[in-house]
Amino acid sequence: MNFEDSAAEAAYRKQVSAWLAEHAPAWSTAGARRDSEAEIVRLARGWQACKAAAGYVGITWPCEVGGQGGNAIQQVIFSQEEARHRVATMPFQVGMGMCIPTVYSFASHAVAQRYVGPAMRGEEIWCQLFSEPAAGSDLAGIRTRALRDGDRWIVNGQKVWTSWAHHSDYGLLLVRSDAGLPKHKGLTMFYVDMRAPGVDVRQIRGMTGETDFNEVFFTDVVIPDSQRLGDVGQGWKVAMTTLMHERFAIGRPADAPSVDELVALARSVRSSEQTLLDNAAVREAIAGFYVRDAGLDFIRMRVQTSLSKGRAPGPEASVLKLVMAKTRQDIGAFAMDLLESGAIRDTDSTPLDGFRYYQLFAPGLRIAGGTDEILRNIIAERVLGLPPDLRVDRDLPFNALK
Amino acid sequence: MNFDFSEEQQALREQARRLFADGRSRARRLLDSGDAHDASLWTQLVEMGLSAAAIPEPLGGVGLGALELCVVAEEAGRSLAPVPFASSVLYATEALKLAGGAAATRWLPKLADGSAIGTVAFTEGHGTWDARPTARVENGRLFGFKEPVADPAADFAIVSATSKALNGGYDWWLVDLHAEGVVVQAIDTLDCLRRHARIEFDGAPVAALGQLGDGARLASRMLDIAAVLTAFEQLGGAEAQLEACVDYAKTRRAFGSLIGVNQGVKHRLADMYAKIQLARGHCYYAAWALSTTAAQLPLAAAGARLAATDAFSFAAEEAIELHGGIGFTWDNDCHLYYRRARLLALTLGNRSRWSDRLVRALCLRRANASSEAAA
Repeated sequence: MNFEDSAAEAAYRKQVSAWLAEHAPAWSTAGARRDSEAEIVRLARGWQACKAAAGYVGITWPCEVGGQGGNAIQQVIFSQEEARHRVATMPFQVGMGMCIPTVYSFASHAVAQRYVGPAMRGEEIWCQLFSEPAAGSDLAGIRTRALRDGDRWIVNGQKVWTSWAHHSDYGLLLVRSDAGLPKHKGLTMFYVDMRAPGVDVRQIRGMTGETDFNEVFFTDVVIPDSQRLGDVGQGWKVAMTTLMHERFAIGRPADAPSVDELVALARSVRSSEQTLLDNAAVREAIAGFYVRDAGLDFIRMRVQTSLSKGRAPGPEASVLKLVMAKTRQDIGAFAMDLLESGAIRDTDSTPLDGFRYYQLFAPGLRIAGGTDEILRNIIAERVLGLPPDLRVDRDLPFNALK
Repeated sequence: MNFDFSEEQQALREQARRLFADGRSRARRLLDSGDAHDASLWTQLVEMGLSAAAIPEPLGGVGLGALELCVVAEEAGRSLAPVPFASSVLYATEALKLAGGAAATRWLPKLADGSAIGTVAFTEGHGTWDARPTARVENGRLFGFKEPVADPAADFAIVSATSKALNGGYDWWLVDLHAEGVVVQAIDTLDCLRRHARIEFDGAPVAALGQLGDGARLASRMLDIAAVLTAFEQLGGAEAQLEACVDYAKTRRAFGSLIGVNQGVKHRLADMYAKIQLARGHCYYAAWALSTTAAQLPLAAAGARLAATDAFSFAAEEAIELHGGIGFTWDNDCHLYYRRARLLALTLGNRSRWSDRLVRALCLRRANASSEAAA
């Protein structure tokens, strides 16, 4: 066992970290407020272009589509080093992580040529239009319908929880193309111009107060058949490929407060002769958080080991998001508890700020990208091999469902 | 990054798994026979070189390291094989290596070639291995008692005791359990597969281990070492129970379908899997820290101890629940793992104690980091 990079990895890390040290500061978000979205998008676009020019975007993508033809471990190393800098990547995460790989996997070479480059350079932002008001965990239950009209499709319906749609130029759109088929079989994938007539984006304010996601309405939106990704009726398969690309997202949440910060916070609260850190119950709770938080780091190291050996991540990667989200929630609440009434007042720039934010943000983390319950089902069924849930609607025509 | 065991270590794991394959049926036979342990399996273990694995070559050992010991410990824990592996190979051997000295040099070759079995005897009815002893040594003879002592059929025990020469400190001593002045009285314990005793010492001859007055330091260090090795045993036990649960959920039917269809079952098993993965990560890190004698050992050991105790306790508790009534019967193995989970949770000290050790280590790491930054 060792934690060192291989010679090739070390060389790559050295090159990446030197490049980041030189270029990242110009695009730092350190001076931007969390809620100053326009400024963050401007910085993110600039940073994306800067990375693209240097060959640090699409690291694992094939060269023929404009990627770097690198391996997964290089992407991991770049992400680890990039996380040391305060730069914005959020507006591009969905596009880079999911949309563009789906486009180049399923579109013609000419189409891929048109879209991959501008997305890599930060000129065009992509969003993912999958979830609907009536289809979140049960994604195959979507109702947004596409009716074929010669060599074009007419789309009507509503999508929701679409991150960054209000800044997006294009979206990856999953629709129902045949309601007479069972739910998984009547789906088709398209990409859509977010400025096409009939596309109406409305921002949703989340419980943290941030407005980075949206609901998107489609009213008689015309989509040429040339914007179809994969065959008609193959939308579920395409969507699963899209979601597979999420698997390399193994980094820890960049700005999440550490257990060390929790220790410091507990030590800062005095009661008579002692600090709260001297309290056995506090120590036990902190130790429990360390076990979960550091345990996640160790699982990430196991994933990194697999990638370094050229293998796919092992099944242990499936627990990362499940454990991380609830742990952030619990740590946030515990930190607030330490200060009792002192934690009620909202103030910026105190040691409590990060904990307070995660206490409010974590409920969203527990839902996004698969709820705790869906993730437990995935672990149970795909990793442990338990039989699938009874799904009474699976084989019935979608339009016959109640 | 190579945060995994090597191919050679994995091959050793396979070897150990084959050796322990019928561990549970052997455990059942031991329950009926009342023997101290399964002597024929122990002989095979010695012949395979496992008792010598982590003993240096000059002392008749194989000269492998902590990582090798860890993979074998995991397989031992998985199987419940009724041999004094933990007492002799994980604890007594490592304690002798830690303390050093003439007695260690004399006894380690005997552990390696299987002519002796060792155990440790640090507690006197309360606390854990760093409890201050009341047993005392006078003129090279030991007086007092130790309880509970695991695998008391061992040939020698390492004991903690004070002596007149010391000012408040204590030492480790080696006592031959066949010597005069040793009275071994078997006691019933929670884990009916691992024998225990109360041992009275009335003038038994002892040999000194380590430096005079070094007992407290040795005990603290030994707790870390034992926590890492035991965490692998716990990890193996937890894995065995997860596997049993998954098998049962895939074969037992109720309400017209396999019980594994139900999310109430699935989600608990997913949680079990998650706890095991956290524990595995901590165990690997602790194994690395132990094998490289890294400064991070106290933090890594405490993390592994807490994570593995949590994983095994949860797996053992929920395995009985999942099996329903049959899981509550004597003839089902669930209770054997449950008992082992509780024994291992108690032996080295409870959650509160290890949480305290962990937070101390965290604070130390933080202090070191800031003093490095200052320098």
